[in-house]
Amino acid sequence: MHLILFFLFAGFCLAGAINLLVQTHPINSALSLIVVMTSLAVLYLLLGAEFLAIAQIIVYSGAVMVLFVFVVMLLNAGREERTLGSLAASRVGFPAVVALFAVLATIILHIHGLNAAHLGDGLSNAPGQSNLVLLSQVLFHELLLPFEVTSVLILIAILGAVALAHVEGSKLPNSETAAPK
Amino acid sequence: MTILAFFLWSLAKVAVITVMMLMGVAYTVLLERKLVGRIQNRWGPSRVGPFGLLQPLVDGLKNFLKEDLIPTAVYRPIYLLAPIISLGCALIAIAVIPFGAPGMGPHGFDLFEISNINIGLLVILAVTSIGVYGIALAGWSSNNKYSLLGSLRSSAQLISYELALGLSLVGVVLRAGSLNLRTIVEQQAPLGIVTWNIFGGGQILAFFIYLIAAFAETNRSPFDLPEAESELTGGYHTEYSSMKFAMFFMAEYGNMINVGCVATLLFLGGWTNPFGEFYLQNTFINVFGPLFWFVIKVVFFLCVYVWVRGTLPRFRYDQLMNFGWRYLLPLAILNIVGTSLWLAYR
Repeated sequence: MHLILFFLFAGFCLAGAINLLVQTHPINSALSLIVVMTSLAVLYLLLGAEFLAIAQIIVYSGAVMVLFVFVVMLLNAGREERTLGSLAASRVGFPAVVALFAVLATIILHIHGLNAAHLGDGLSNAPGQSNLVLLSQVLFHELLLPFEVTSVLILIAILGAVALAHVEGSKLPNSETAAPK
Repeated sequence: MTILAFFLWSLAKVAVITVMMLMGVAYTVLLERKLVGRIQNRWGPSRVGPFGLLQPLVDGLKNFLKEDLIPTAVYRPIYLLAPIISLGCALIAIAVIPFGAPGMGPHGFDLFEISNINIGLLVILAVTSIGVYGIALAGWSSNNKYSLLGSLRSSAQLISYELALGLSLVGVVLRAGSLNLRTIVEQQAPLGIVTWNIFGGGQILAFFIYLIAAFAETNRSPFDLPEAESELTGGYHTEYSSMKFAMFFMAEYGNMINVGCVATLLFLGGWTNPFGEFYLQNTFINVFGPLFWFVIKVVFFLCVYVWVRGTLPRFRYDQLMNFGWRYLLPLAILNIVGTSLWLAYR
């Protein structure tokens, strides 16, 4: 049962990824990306990481991709033009991808060998425990400092974005009020 | 219990709950029309059946028989997909909602919840966040400026209010220490109304933040800007007709019911009764008592929805955004800080 689900959603994931590249319309590509993200979430679920899976759906499928779709809708982007692509990219690109996969496969085989995958029996280092508890233990106890530093970094990025937007925004009302005088 | 029996029981459970949900949606529409009618000093539907009770069925039939128009300029695949996403998400959320006492079936089979999972609350939030696509894509693919404006408003509104909605639930989760909806309910059950999260749990601020954000999430008045009739004709569903329009309509009411269920579970003690656990021990009461209390609480929420709709005028768009970001969000964060401090120094 887990194996069937794995192949089904791995198939969805790959099909979505290929569709994303092939489609010419931005909104179709965005929708394919949602399929990829959601199938990935199901794969996480099969590996026993339920919190990660649902966080993937909420954050990526639900929030990030809504913003993508929102921008595509707002700009009303049309079909993109097809170019043949650069010659160098097509000649070097495919061998590079093959080489990359070969390296990854070698490393994984070297570490794990061709063992059976553990689908559906939870995280193997902590059987029977909610991974929400374990994750919060790691995030808020063992790795508290890096976690807080990261959140401050993100806060700074948000404040920077607001500051940049605000400078442009505050000019507009002034010029409008100045015009009638 | 064998696998086959489990499968058949589950299938029956899913079928019954889906049908109940759809009937609930139909009769919520009638409830709204009747109550708004009374608020505006008229009768509401009263011709079809006794007290107009057959009105929803006739409306459904009418929608099936209407001509199904697809305008030529729409982007077909997405235009057809959008209502399915909307209705699908509205119906999926009920799968993790427990609406009766645990167990109760043969061999301890969970009769009153489709699936009891340890991240139930997050699943509901995830499904709600996916539901945004239905509205956004419907507006975009219709190739109509009113639809596009409606769906842009809607996307912005949903993203803004989702934050406040999610944060308002954190206080409750902190108190229960779990995301499992059954655990959350059982944690507030023991003394009835006194220990409900809204009163004894001190989550009354969170409750009102949740309620306001949920009104915005379900596109209900006073936050019904995405389909403001006076400005946008029909908003995102302007170009939809017949059953496709009905699917958006049903999704909206389905979401109202979901929100009512979640509010009931998180703040009002779910299926437990308000007088604590000293009622008669009797199989009949043990099975139907919880169902009765759950339905009463959800209907109460639906009535609040209709009451607000009949009373308040619509927000202006900038007021809506200001309110969400400047008041609701800081208050929700304040609630989390307060609850954490209280739990730490109790």
